[in-house]
Parts: sequence; C-alpha cells; structure tokens
Amino acid sequence: MSDTATAEVPAARPAETAGPRPRSGLRRRLAALEPVAWLGPAVALIAVVVIWPIASMIQTSFQNITPLGINIGSAGLSNFSQVLRNPNLPGILVRTVIWVATVVAITMLLSLGLAQLYNQRFPGRRFARWAIIAPWAASVMMTALIFRWMLQPDSGVLYVFLHQLGVVRTFNASQPDWLGEPDVAMVCMIGVAVFVSLPFTSYVLLAGLQAIPGELYEAARVDGASRWYAYRRITLPLLRPAFAVAAVINLMNVFNSFPIIWEMTRGGPGYETSTSTVFMYDLKGTFVGQAAAMSIINFTLVVVIVLVFLRLNRWNRQEAH
Amino acid sequence: MAVRTAAARNVAAPAAAAKRPSRGLPSLKTAVIAAAAYVVAVIFVLPYLEMLITAVRPSRELYDRDYLPHHFAWSNLTNMWGSAFGILSSLRVSIEIAGGATVLVLLVALPAAYYTSRRRFRGRAAFLLLVLATQILQPTALIVGIYKEFLSFGLLNINPVWSLILVNAGFNLAFTVWILNAYIGSIPVELEEAAMVDGNSRLGALFRVTLPLAMPGVVTALIFTFISAWNEFIAALTLTTSTSDYPLTVRLDSFIGQYTVDWQHLFGASVVATIPVFILFALIEGRVVGGLTAGSIK
Repeated sequence: MSDTATAEVPAARPAETAGPRPRSGLRRRLAALEPVAWLGPAVALIAVVVIWPIASMIQTSFQNITPLGINIGSAGLSNFSQVLRNPNLPGILVRTVIWVATVVAITMLLSLGLAQLYNQRFPGRRFARWAIIAPWAASVMMTALIFRWMLQPDSGVLYVFLHQLGVVRTFNASQPDWLGEPDVAMVCMIGVAVFVSLPFTSYVLLAGLQAIPGELYEAARVDGASRWYAYRRITLPLLRPAFAVAAVINLMNVFNSFPIIWEMTRGGPGYETSTSTVFMYDLKGTFVGQAAAMSIINFTLVVVIVLVFLRLNRWNRQEAH
Repeated sequence: MAVRTAAARNVAAPAAAAKRPSRGLPSLKTAVIAAAAYVVAVIFVLPYLEMLITAVRPSRELYDRDYLPHHFAWSNLTNMWGSAFGILSSLRVSIEIAGGATVLVLLVALPAAYYTSRRRFRGRAAFLLLVLATQILQPTALIVGIYKEFLSFGLLNINPVWSLILVNAGFNLAFTVWILNAYIGSIPVELEEAAMVDGNSRLGALFRVTLPLAMPGVVTALIFTFISAWNEFIAALTLTTSTSDYPLTVRLDSFIGQYTVDWQHLFGASVVATIPVFILFALIEGRVVGGLTAGSIK
C-alpha cells in the first residue's frame, strides 16, 4: 500500500508553504516527499491491520486447509460451495436478517424518543445523560454476561421480577431456561443488542436535534402550528441526515455483533441462535478456508443491506417531497 | 461535525429554553420530563448495579431469589486477586494493550491529521477514503484474515500483546484522525505562522501552539482509543492462546466454560474493569459522536 502513496508523490506540490520555496531540483524532490513523511506511518498501520488481512482472507478462501492448520493446496471454489451447501445456512441467513432488522428498527425508534426526552431542559440532566452512556462505555461482552446472569433459570433477578409481576407463576425445577430455547433466547439477545446500541444512537440524534435552529420552532409557533405538526414538518425532515448516519452505522455494528450471542448462547443449541457472524467464527475453529469464504459472503451481505437501506431512505425522501 | 456539535451543546434545547419560567418551582411539565428521564437513567444503570451486587454476594447466597443478599461479602473483592483466577495478570495485560494502542495511535494519527488538515495535496482524498474504509471494516469482519496474518508473522508465538496493540491502534485510527482533523482545522493557521515568525520551526509551532489548543480533541481521542482497546473482545479471543496472555475480556470468557462458574469473582472483575471506563467516558461524552460520524458526513 505504501507503494501507491509513493507513486503519487512526484505530482504532489507543497501548496501553502509558509517558508521560501525550494529552488534546486534536489530540494524540490525532498519537498515532494513531504506527504510520505507525515502520512507514511498511518498508511503503514492501515496496511498491516486492514489491507494485509483482506488480502490474506481472500487468499485463504481459495485454500484447502485442514482442521490442523495444514495447507494442502488450492481449493478452487470448493470453500464457497461447501459453505453455501451447509444445511444450516438458510436458517442462519434468515435469522441474521431478522436480527439486524429488528435490532436496528427498535433501536432507531426508541432513540428518537430518548433523544427528544434528553433534549429537554430539566434539573439533573447532566447526571441523567451520564447514566444512559453506561452500556456504551462498558464492555459489550461484560454487559452480555450480566444479562445472562440475570436470566439464570430459577434465580436470575429478571425471573424474580417477572414472578412478582405474576408473569412467571412458579419457581420449580421445570422452570424453562430461556436462553436454552432458541426463539426466546433470540428475543432476549435482541433486547440486549438494543440496550447497548441505544446510547450511541440517541447521542447522534441528540446532536442532530441540537443542530436544528430554534427560530424555526419559534416561527412555527407564531404561525399557530401545533407541536405535532412542527415535529413532523420541522424536526423529522431536518433530523433525516443524522438518522441515516446512525442507522447505517448501526446496521454495520449489529451485523458484525459477536460478543452478545457468543456470551449468552454461543450460537447454540446447534446453530439455532447463530447469526452469520457467529457462524463464521465457529467455522474458523475447524475449516479456516470456509470461514474465510463465509467472511467474504458476510461482507457482501453487509454491503447489500446498507445499499438497500440507503435506497429505501432516498425513495422515502422523494416520496415526502 | 465535531466542532458544530460542541458548539451546539452550549445552546442546548432552544425550544425548551424559550418556554422556561424565569423563577420559582419547576413547572409540572418539567417535573414530568425529569421524572421520565430519571426512570430511563435508572433502567440503564440497573444491570451494572446488579453486577456490583453479585460481586459482593456470599457464595452461599449466589442463587437466592432476592434482589439483595442478606450479607454483603466484601471479602469477594479482595479474594478475587488470588493467582488461581488470574485476574491480576489479565488486568496488567489489558493495561498494556490499551495503553500501547493509545500511544501508537496518537503517534501515527497526529502527523496525518495535522497534514491533511493544513495542506491540500494530491492523494489527500485517497488517504481520507482509506481512513474511512478502516472505520467501516471492523475487526470482526476481518478476523479470519487478521488471524492468518499474525499466524504467518509468528507473532502469535512471540507475544500477542504486540499484535493486539497493532490491531487496536489500526481500528481506532479513523476516529482519532477525524477528531484531531476537526480540532486542528478550527485553529487559525495565523497562530502557527506567528509562532514561526517568532523563530519556531514548523514542528515547534505544532507542539507549542497547535497541540495545546487542540488538547480537548487529543484527550477525547486518547480516552476513546483506550476504552475501545480495553473492551475489545474478538481479536483478543482469537490472537491469545496461552492463559498468561489473556486480557480481562478473554479471561472472563474463559470463566464461563468452567464446570462451576465463579460468578461473584467474574462480576467482581467486571466491576473493576467497568468503573474506570464509566468515569473516563463521562469526561468525553459530549465529543465522541463527532469522531464516530465525521467520516460519513464529510
């Protein structure tokens, strides 16, 4: 990658140099190398941590590597075909789409409300704002572990609470382990994923709300517009860029989310609570080549999901006009 | 974006401000809003409170069906440092990784952010696009490649702390570049030029004038990188093989696989790992969004 940077250098010229311009050819050439000196370390780091792994992953996806890690030659496209023929894959893909769509949709809706609430002025707002960043600051895997503990069958505080509410009737040995039942476990994990996504999303929307000039609401009030009308006609349209940014970042984060499912169910029983990210990680333990192929499929999937969202967003905007 | 956000915070809630009564008790509306906001705040903190409560539950009362134990076993918080649990050595590894990544990212991102903010040159757009690409790709998406790469380096056999420093620095580079770029861009070039007229070199002007003025941005970037390296899980899980190299996240994960899970010690370590992070994050809370969204807005 650093080759590319060097190749571009000769054409580069110091545009706003404060000092005297270099006169001799040698000095000019040295000055032309300037961007390499300033940007080189960053480019090198990106090359090692991002570019190389991408190349290595693509290469691995065409290699035949045994579970013991021995490369026994080219696999052609067989890693891809084996992953695509895996009987678990259809279920995993459907689950992944449901996981991403529900987590992001619920997060965005709740965050609209939260941002509106925390945009109001009230005593102690600062402390309340500090409280809601807790899941953002804390490690997601530790948050997932505490939820797993709270859902411990028979003694977890969430069971105790629901028992008091009368939802859970009895405590006994037959009390089902919610995280052991795929459907219930998915609902619980979607809840945790929403919980950890809310702070960031609310903060993005809050920043969007605060960038809306107050005079607009003033003018709407003078014109006799109702609050709800002002919200629909001023807040929502002006919030759209922040909303789109938050949604796209969430789509990518939730798709790539690993610790929640890993800590709460390890994707099991079987693959019944695995998303395609967890499935990919699980494959890595045995068939690295297939895991690499699955990573590439996942990457394509994220791109498609984000593009679909952006298309819907644009389509919506045109509809509104 | 970062600067605009920072500015906007000071003019908080213009709509609400206009209707605020000048004196006296808060209105009913304010009271309702405040109550709702406090309830939400409590809900967000409760799981972490449960973390703390479990950490000091006596082992006899671990599975009791109550919110609070009858006795608080504060001794859990001292016992957990015993070498059998490995929490102390993991804490050290976590500090090494997070500290190392923070230093590395600053060394690498500062010159890049300064140069792209002050100069227009061929390849500038390409560089910024490359930085954006690192922000979109996450360790999870590249984990197989990262694993294969460091396997071929042999770094896995040497010391995974170094590979994890590299990985964490790399994936936090974008945030740091955006934040520093915005802050440096908001500082007038004339200040630097004046310092250079006074006999400072370009580097001298950068360190004596620009950097001190960009300090809020630098601190935000440092804290954010430290926290995300501290919390990072999947790369650490993949690149560490021997228990002596486990950072805290991987150590806690290894607790789960055991026959009897020491929940009270697990959450004791979680509390220790979480409290400093809450405090650090609260310090930069208002400035983080700018760095995370700048890439997609520019």
